[in-house]
Amino acid sequence: MDKAQQDQNAKYQQMVKEATPKPEHRKNIVLAFLTGGIICTIGQAVFNLFSKIEPTRMETTGTTQATMIALGAIATGLGFYDWLAEHGGMGAAIPITGFSNTVTAAAMEFKREGYILGMGAKMFVVAGPVLVYGILSSFIISFFWAVLTGTLL
Amino acid sequence: MTQKRQGLQTISFDQSPRIISSATIAGPKEASSNLGSYIDRLVTDSMVGEQTPEKAERKLLYQACQDALAKTKLTEKDIHLFIGGDLLNQIISSSYSARDLGIPFLGIYGACSSIVEGLGIGALIVDGSYANAVLVATSSHYQASERQFRYPIELNIQHKSSNQWTVTGAAAAVVSNQGEGPRITKATFGRVLDYGIKSPNDMGAAMAPAAADTLCRHFQDTNTSPGDYDLILTGDLGSIGQKLFVRLVKEAGHTLGTKHMDVGAYIYKPEQGAGAGGSGCACSALGILGYVIKEMYQGRYHRILAIATGALFSPVSYQQGDSIAGIAHGIVIEG
Repeated sequence: MDKAQQDQNAKYQQMVKEATPKPEHRKNIVLAFLTGGIICTIGQAVFNLFSKIEPTRMETTGTTQATMIALGAIATGLGFYDWLAEHGGMGAAIPITGFSNTVTAAAMEFKREGYILGMGAKMFVVAGPVLVYGILSSFIISFFWAVLTGTLL
Repeated sequence: MTQKRQGLQTISFDQSPRIISSATIAGPKEASSNLGSYIDRLVTDSMVGEQTPEKAERKLLYQACQDALAKTKLTEKDIHLFIGGDLLNQIISSSYSARDLGIPFLGIYGACSSIVEGLGIGALIVDGSYANAVLVATSSHYQASERQFRYPIELNIQHKSSNQWTVTGAAAAVVSNQGEGPRITKATFGRVLDYGIKSPNDMGAAMAPAAADTLCRHFQDTNTSPGDYDLILTGDLGSIGQKLFVRLVKEAGHTLGTKHMDVGAYIYKPEQGAGAGGSGCACSALGILGYVIKEMYQGRYHRILAIATGALFSPVSYQQGDSIAGIAHGIVIEG
């Protein structure tokens, strides 16, 4: 790209920046905090409920996660979760219900191309990177943790 | 032959091909939009009874074609060519409609500028007497576009204020040298311009330079100015792209003022939650074949310049780090 084109692009990008309305950070942060908070409160309530039935903390954690994933999937199927995320932003995306939504939304979308090449193949099209890098980073962290604490040897 | 060319990029039609009929169809969100009363056929279900949005889009396109034909005395056999374009991969809405229409088909892709590209090519063909009547149609569908260009519909995405909403609908027109209707008198086919915009959330910004370039080129080629037109219509720049367009045009020495209207920025009401406005092939198409043509018949406009804009964007090129190029084509409609 020549110099003149670069200058023109830089000038234009400045114009675009000026013309684009600033995101409403304050409102977004408050809504994200409330949305995330409400989802986590529901999660805590579910946890407390299961802790009365399940004998160990590990089991309670497992059933709570499974319940929240199911709730996220149901809310997605009912067409509620995208509305929630439109207003709640990251507050809806970060909790495990958001992860459930990425899988369910993709599964719903690609079911039209069949259960094998559609839904089966593309269910993790959005959630895939989360899984890959989630597993990779947890492996790295647990490796160092094991080395540092001496549990590896 | 050469007198048909004016300046660098403009073509002047001496046979004056006419838009002898036009038909528009759109979904429920468009029904309650500012253009609602200009649309011929409104459907209450954006899926029109189909299982997938892709099938729904082609049904809308086919219906628009049928409606446009029904308004004339012509049948499929009298139409020498069908020129169609849409946003979906391999322009399937157009090609499946062409299969069902049985008319020789020229598929075009100019992203959201397709309607003017189609009308321009149609006018060229009719003006050159290579066809007596040409059917031109384009379509777009919100759900079909979202899944192709962006994310699954139900995904937890917070849309940015610069995002645009793909219009669900279709429009068709019959361009012919016989019959009555507004005339297509000039066409200015645009250059592809790329000012280095990389965000797919800024389509308006990606298209504005091309729109400004085509407009200024048209003024220069035809020795006209904004005062010579009752309306200068742009396709789907949206509220942000429109601001940039007006500024670029002003820097080139033309003040548009109230003569300018952008269909993308105009179509949806603020409470409809469409971000920076409408987009898609149907956006410009509903604006030109719905709003403009109807207002022309009412006698409000006599000479308009319609510039449809397209972002030549592909998820693949974007992911590979390419910037988004824009294109804009203009036609003058008089009636």
